[in-house]
Amino acid sequence: MTNKVAIIGVGIEGFRSSIRELSYKEMVYQAAVKAYSDAQVNPRDDVDTFISCEEDFNMGTSITDEYAPDQIGGAQRPVHTITGDGIQGMAAAYMQIKTGMFDIAVVEAQSRASDILTHNQIQHFALDPLYVRQFDATHHTAAALEKQIYLKRSNTSEDAVAEVAVKNHNNALFNPNAAYGIKATKQDILQSKMIATPLRSGEVSESADGAVVIVLASEKGIGNRDVDPVWINGISYATNSPNFHTRDWQTAKYAELCAKKAYEMASITNPKSQIDVFEIDDTYAFKELQHLEALGIYESGEAGKALLNGELGRKGSNPVNTSGGTIGMGNGHDVNGLQRVAEVVHQLRGHAGKRQISGAKTGLAFSWRGVPTTAGAIAVLGGN
Amino acid sequence: MSSKKVGMVSVGLTRFNRRSKETPKELAYYSSKMALDEAGITRKDLDGVIIGSAPDAFDGVHQKHEYLTDGSGGFNKPTMRGYVGGGTGVFSPIQGWYSVASGVHDVVMVTTEEKMSSIQPSAQAGFLTIFDNLIERPLGPNLVWIFALEMKRYMETYGIPKEHIASVSVKNKGNAIDHPSAMLGKNFTLDEVLNSEILCDPVRLLDISPVADGAVSFVMMTEEKIKEFGISKDDVAWVDGVGWNVDTTMWTNRDLSYPKYVEKAAKQAYNMAGQKDHSPEVLRKWLSFAEPYDPFNYKELHHLEGLQLFAKGEAPKAAFDGVTARDGDFPVTPSGGLLGVGNPIAAAAGMKSAELYLQLTGKAGKRQLSGDVTRGLAQAWGDLMQVGTVLILKGGRVD
Amino acid sequence: MDVRGKRLTLDEFMNTELSVKHYPEMEYNWATGVAITKFLKGLKNGKILGTYCNDCDRTVCPPRMFCEECFNPMNHYVKLPDTGVINTFSLAFIRTDATRREKAEIPAVIDIDGTSISPSGFLHLIDEDVSHDKIKIGMKVKAVWKDEKDRIGDITDIKFFELLEDD
Repeated sequence: MTNKVAIIGVGIEGFRSSIRELSYKEMVYQAAVKAYSDAQVNPRDDVDTFISCEEDFNMGTSITDEYAPDQIGGAQRPVHTITGDGIQGMAAAYMQIKTGMFDIAVVEAQSRASDILTHNQIQHFALDPLYVRQFDATHHTAAALEKQIYLKRSNTSEDAVAEVAVKNHNNALFNPNAAYGIKATKQDILQSKMIATPLRSGEVSESADGAVVIVLASEKGIGNRDVDPVWINGISYATNSPNFHTRDWQTAKYAELCAKKAYEMASITNPKSQIDVFEIDDTYAFKELQHLEALGIYESGEAGKALLNGELGRKGSNPVNTSGGTIGMGNGHDVNGLQRVAEVVHQLRGHAGKRQISGAKTGLAFSWRGVPTTAGAIAVLGGN
Repeated sequence: MSSKKVGMVSVGLTRFNRRSKETPKELAYYSSKMALDEAGITRKDLDGVIIGSAPDAFDGVHQKHEYLTDGSGGFNKPTMRGYVGGGTGVFSPIQGWYSVASGVHDVVMVTTEEKMSSIQPSAQAGFLTIFDNLIERPLGPNLVWIFALEMKRYMETYGIPKEHIASVSVKNKGNAIDHPSAMLGKNFTLDEVLNSEILCDPVRLLDISPVADGAVSFVMMTEEKIKEFGISKDDVAWVDGVGWNVDTTMWTNRDLSYPKYVEKAAKQAYNMAGQKDHSPEVLRKWLSFAEPYDPFNYKELHHLEGLQLFAKGEAPKAAFDGVTARDGDFPVTPSGGLLGVGNPIAAAAGMKSAELYLQLTGKAGKRQLSGDVTRGLAQAWGDLMQVGTVLILKGGRVD
Repeated sequence: MDVRGKRLTLDEFMNTELSVKHYPEMEYNWATGVAITKFLKGLKNGKILGTYCNDCDRTVCPPRMFCEECFNPMNHYVKLPDTGVINTFSLAFIRTDATRREKAEIPAVIDIDGTSISPSGFLHLIDEDVSHDKIKIGMKVKAVWKDEKDRIGDITDIKFFELLEDD
């Protein structure tokens, strides 16, 4: 038996601009029940280890993992938090299974953006307390600085950036789990409010509520279960620098670093031709293009052109964010990575409905933790 | 699949202070640099970095993991932060283990850090937000409440005299005199502990560990890398067993007299190490010593029972009778523990994990246990009286 | 072993060392969801609610939408008496900000009557005017409610629990 690890179940609750009728625990429970049904597992008996991805201040609770176990079936079981993105959590689960001591693992992440009244202040609280926080600028300002450099360096047009948002909002119209399916036009984006030059509000993903739970298994864990596994061929994560003065502003260095390792694991030498569907972080519209280039899928300056040629659309040769991405599904913060993974799983299983890319066999999910971080995580997945 | 053998090859510690001049990043740098130097490797040799830290509220930074990455040696590396409240300092080396045992990384740095003096006027204010947002926080609870409630229930269930519990403070604060990081190493009398200021009956001031700033780091790697770097087996402690377990959030629905989740975590670790007999006498022979979590004196006893090292209700008398003294039959917390060395949450349990390494490699200085020290267990605890994390290390020449 | 880390006195820390102050403004508006909404509405009406799990044959308090034991949904709400038993208690002389109280408040875990298989309940307070040597684990207690007009659907709609047994 080889030691492969697969995703055997996915459950999504949401995403909607706000989910007020359920508490966050109840919202996660809904997603968990769907994932366990899909994976044909009973969490109370079959699951060996649970991972919850969440941040204290996003939840409004210190040591927020206290409140994680019950709604995923993890009471009196091995459970731990990853204070990071869902794909980081998935990497932790993957490593645990790879030790040979665990066969079935669960990864959960959620967003309760509607529970937070002061989102900007929380993100501001992530800035260095001694010499950055003093500047009264929102976290979007850092994204604007980055966009300025990206446009200049790659010679990418504002039209291309706007078209990312247009594509993703429109893709989301076909995704029942998307909060922001909108028939948007380029003019809508280009005429939206300027936040900090050159960044406009139409290019920024809006927050949403939702949860994703996924079940991972070794081949032994799959056993005779009637499931449709999607294999994890490569997975990695990387951090560049937390400081504005030492980070790489020229490229998304974190994406380059983790892609290198994941491609090596998955024997990918040419991602553009070897991978069929791409789910790439688009927290800000320009990031989709910047990330496509840092991930080696396009040369610098080519992603925007490819988009304008239609290559990245659902009918194009390299469809990106058929789910609608974070712009279309809604910014779920710590759950964004699992949003991306869930869509790749749907595509590789042929369950993506009207969004289905025919013959999709391999997919790539990439997440970024948002400003001010320089942390990214990637998963390269393959169908059965 | 079979897991790779994982060795801890060095530790690094800062001094534990009530108030440190250094920033959280700088504390993390001190301990991680010391661990690198002790291992004789450089940052370039690291494949990954694990960061352990408890609530973001203490250091006062959202996404504290990201903030700590450069201080922990994580610049341009895969970095990951796991988190199980107070259980973190033992869980972080467990994460180091699974990162390496999986074959994904060969050499990792594990850094645990906490700076509790940043939050003002008191770390207690940060603890308010650990309680249930809907039905507990409106009551204005503080952390000492829940310890007092659990301690009271434990004493009531087994009829434990306070003197027995207080003896743990005397022992651990005394042991800490010999720990270079310690902030409260001192010989107290039993009466001084019993008569110290009352906070939440039955908890008095000297029943509690002092909040602190500090950091502790480890370097962990595969057997192949240990050979490649030419590290002597005398400087290695192998990971023998790991376990972790989290109980239901509904702490007011639980049996507070016994930590079932610690039992489950311990059995996971014993079974992994191939130790299938979980009777106290057998386990106390199999292990040379233990470092159970002691943020409050009764917790050390509670945990010794959960760990199956003493029968239910019997640890307090054993402690009072000196069985668990550094020169006793079964030494417990030779480091001085949180009660004596200090309690910078994640780094405190990190210090306990480090004590395993130092004792097993004969580097514990004045604290060094006599005789053959072959195997040690560290355990931490956290969340809402809910999580148990267990790490068992064995000596570099033990099969 | 040479450990580093410079120790500051309180005076140095507060007065002579440079520091940067920051007052975070973080506000949340947590949805109470299905089960706790019912619980809090119950309190507003002077009732304590629990939920019954069919599969485990047990009644728990506070109520939840799903059972953490069997992982099945729970949707059978049960009105419980407003009496219970002290599971454990403490005389607390310390506040949330670590300042000291002259007079103790008395937090306790109250096991609510009517819960099963094992008793369950929640964190609350015992009447702080009770004589300290009277109070014992295992004593029966009863909720003292705020006036109906002052109840808002919050855990503090119960002022505290009073001892039922008098000697």
